[in-house]
Amino acid sequence: MTAPQIAFLVAAVGTLGSALLVVTVRNLFHAALWLVVTLFGVAVVFALLEADFLVVAQVALYIGAIAILIIFAVMLTQNIMQTAAAQANRQWVLSAVVAVVFFLGLWLILRQLPGFSQLPAGSVPSDSLPRLGQAMVAPDQFVLPFEVASVLLVAAMVGSILVARDK
Amino acid sequence: MTPDNVVWLIPLPPLIAFFIIVLFTNRNKALSHWVAIGLMGVSWLLSWGVFFRALGTAGFGAQVLQAAVAWLPFGAPSVAGTGPLSMGVLVDPLTAAMLFFVPLICLLIFVYSVGYGNFGRPVDPHDLPGQPPHRGVEPLYSRFFAFLSLFAFAMLLLVVADNLLLMFVGWEIMGLCSYLLIGFWYSRDYSDPRQITPRQAAVKAFIVTRVGDMLMLLGIAYLYAQTGTLSFRQIMYADGGAMLAKLASTPSSIVGLSAAGLIGLLLFGGTVGKSAQFPLHVWLPDAMEGPTPVSAMIHAATMVSAGVYAMLRMFPLLSAGWVSGGPLTPPMMAMAVVGTFTALFAATIAVAQNDIKKVLAYSTISQLGFMLAALGTGAYVAAAFHLVTHAFFKALLFLGSGSVIHGMEHGEQHAPSAAAHGLDPQNMLNMGGLRRRMPLTFWTFVAGGLALAGFPFITAGFWSKDEILADTWAHAPVIFVVLALAAFLTAFYTMRQISLTFLGQPRTAAAEHASENTWTMTLPLAALGFFAVAAGWAGIPEDFLGLNLAGAARFQAMVGKALLSPPEALPFNVVPLLTSLVVALGGLLAGWWVYRRFAAGETDPLALALGPVYGWLKNKYYFDELYDWAFVRPVRWLAEVVVSQWIDRGLIDGALHGIGRLGVAIGDALREYIDVPVVTGAGDRLGSGVKDVGRSARTLQTGKVQEYLLMALAMVIVAGIVLFLPILMSR
Amino acid sequence: MIPLSWYLILAAALFCVGLYGVLARRNAVALLMSLELMLNAVNINLVAFWRFQAPASTGGLMFTVVVLAVAAAEAAVGLALILSIYRQRQTVVAEDVDQMKG
Repeated sequence: MTAPQIAFLVAAVGTLGSALLVVTVRNLFHAALWLVVTLFGVAVVFALLEADFLVVAQVALYIGAIAILIIFAVMLTQNIMQTAAAQANRQWVLSAVVAVVFFLGLWLILRQLPGFSQLPAGSVPSDSLPRLGQAMVAPDQFVLPFEVASVLLVAAMVGSILVARDK
Repeated sequence: MTPDNVVWLIPLPPLIAFFIIVLFTNRNKALSHWVAIGLMGVSWLLSWGVFFRALGTAGFGAQVLQAAVAWLPFGAPSVAGTGPLSMGVLVDPLTAAMLFFVPLICLLIFVYSVGYGNFGRPVDPHDLPGQPPHRGVEPLYSRFFAFLSLFAFAMLLLVVADNLLLMFVGWEIMGLCSYLLIGFWYSRDYSDPRQITPRQAAVKAFIVTRVGDMLMLLGIAYLYAQTGTLSFRQIMYADGGAMLAKLASTPSSIVGLSAAGLIGLLLFGGTVGKSAQFPLHVWLPDAMEGPTPVSAMIHAATMVSAGVYAMLRMFPLLSAGWVSGGPLTPPMMAMAVVGTFTALFAATIAVAQNDIKKVLAYSTISQLGFMLAALGTGAYVAAAFHLVTHAFFKALLFLGSGSVIHGMEHGEQHAPSAAAHGLDPQNMLNMGGLRRRMPLTFWTFVAGGLALAGFPFITAGFWSKDEILADTWAHAPVIFVVLALAAFLTAFYTMRQISLTFLGQPRTAAAEHASENTWTMTLPLAALGFFAVAAGWAGIPEDFLGLNLAGAARFQAMVGKALLSPPEALPFNVVPLLTSLVVALGGLLAGWWVYRRFAAGETDPLALALGPVYGWLKNKYYFDELYDWAFVRPVRWLAEVVVSQWIDRGLIDGALHGIGRLGVAIGDALREYIDVPVVTGAGDRLGSGVKDVGRSARTLQTGKVQEYLLMALAMVIVAGIVLFLPILMSR
Repeated sequence: MIPLSWYLILAAALFCVGLYGVLARRNAVALLMSLELMLNAVNINLVAFWRFQAPASTGGLMFTVVVLAVAAAEAAVGLALILSIYRQRQTVVAEDVDQMKG
């Protein structure tokens, strides 16, 4: 068991554990906090995968923006849910079954993949970050998705303001 | 215009009169009777012209007047000498004799009908059409003359016909006219349900004579089948009677009978019906429901005589194989037996009748029996002679009775008290003393009655009846005895009738106030009275009483030549003469003695004398009741129950209803099991099925997003299993 | 070294946990949180394949970045909607929003 493997296992267990807690705890605020933990775990996995930019992006964006946003939302809608009502709806059993079956199915199918148990192929080039930046704006690479994503964000911003504003 | 062609014209004027009256002059009573009488007069003149011409022709008999045209295209080519069926006219001595009296009597009765129908009186609103008139003129006056004319046509057609089929046509038309005229007063009904109405009597006459006519038609058909022709001259006279000899020797389908015998018996069947012989005699007394001129013409003088005429005409066929003095052929035997029996049978009934017309009806039946008995024993000339004289005096008697009835009705209307109304003017027990009130009727009636009874020397009936008795004495003594007895009864009931009607004192107010009738009614009586007296003198035998009366026996001389071998005159025998004198005078005396002072309310002395037998006689030996039980009821049962109810309504209607019901059932079944469930059901169920599916599918739409998601994922899993399972398994 | 399978299994497991949360959580915000888990699982998958198959290219990373951006946008809009619903109906229970019920 090498060090990366142990690290991975710890990160994996943590991620999954906190993910399970996210979906099960009654107190919504606690669920949001456990979500933060899960996101951190995912960042660790990104780090293990040597996607350093994404580590930062994950932490900054997901945890710093999205998770905060969620916490805001939790706060704003807290009054009703303060009392400890049930957190799972009527179909949770069936959902659990579906989720489990889904997982099993995915596992079975993934096992078929030819490169399922492969080890990392090459190595990440040292200038992967500048290359990513270049790819984002290079006209023959990914400038279009990049711009479209920006437009999408603008649209989402405008839309959510419109939707959520007080009349 | 040769005499042969004039003969065609004899039957036609009355036919033309019929059409003129029916089509044009129906509303005008005077015009109708002038047309009828005028054209009948034309026919009479032509007939007498032919008759006297025939008398003047020497050797008439071997020569005859005849003319024919082809009629129906089939003959029997296999039989030599026959061609297509022809129709034509024939006047031989027998026809000439008929032509003498038939048109004359018809004309006299036409004239009589003018008075009988109360012509000259205004139309009375109380006299309904179809009912006998009481005070006014007969409402259906023109129709009466139309029917009489049609009848005269038919009779004359029968008389001048030269073949059996044409004769049968006339025979049947007469049957139709008899029906129409008996039922002339069609709406007359009686309160007593057992009394036969004119409608019923007409049907009875038609049906009973139909039985006879059917037999006759069978005979005609059989004759045609055997010989291929129906012409009289060809069958009976051609080649000296060769065809008759052939028929007499051919065996028929009945063992023991030759073809001639069977044909003769069948033809005789027709006569039994038409001339009202036993057992088909029942229609004639009830035919008295018709007006009296009808009774006189049809049922005394002409139509019933047609039966005897047919036998006279076919005599060579009936006597084929017979020689005088030898055994009788079967048809002759049948005629003799039936005729003799009927003569006595009817005479016994006549003595117990109280209705003036019924006595005469039974008398007619009896006298026809005399004629047929004579003919049956081979007395051709005697039968023909009696036919002629009987026509005269029977017509006279009937017209006289009609006059009496009219007089009684006058008396009823003029009688002061109301008690006179409602009594039967035809019942002799209500009459009496009419000789003073209606003298002309009385004397002519006496003339006729004495002729009927056979009063010696001065009446026609004496000579003809004496001839019959002479013939039967010579050939068949048994028949002679029976006929003599019948002659005694004839004289008795005739005198009874005269006494009850005319002699003594009036028994009712109607008889007291009766009056004589108009000249149109009394003139024919007088004319007929003349002939009733004088007609017999033409037939006085040549060696009567041993005297040699040359030039007498003209009738025998002429009519005898109608046969191939004229019968020779019998030598005079005193026994039949004495017998006829005794029975005639004795009967007349007895009748006068018993009934001369018959008072009102008395019982008939005959009833007292005979006791229970009188009841049998009065009720005609209950033959009507017997026929009703034996024939009428079963046939009615057959018609009403078997055919009408069971077969017609039950079987046929039932089958039709069954088919209808089957159709309806099939329709219902189709509708119930196919249409409603399948077609409608499919349509309805399609809609409701979709609705149900929709309703159940609705439950899926909970509106909750998470549930939708769950469903979608479940489906994805299923799809995944379906898609990936083979791959997974193969690994 | 860590084989690909481990990352894939982890991603699958995380995905299914998020799936369970989406399906079973009553609160709409919790639902969105579970949705973020699913998106993160996808990201892990993408990055794992990028690392193991073509670490020299930038396509995998780019894809992940776009997914990230989309996730952010979607979270923003979704929460805005939840807030709007909360203001209108005073509820954040996902089950209660069933106006589209048939």
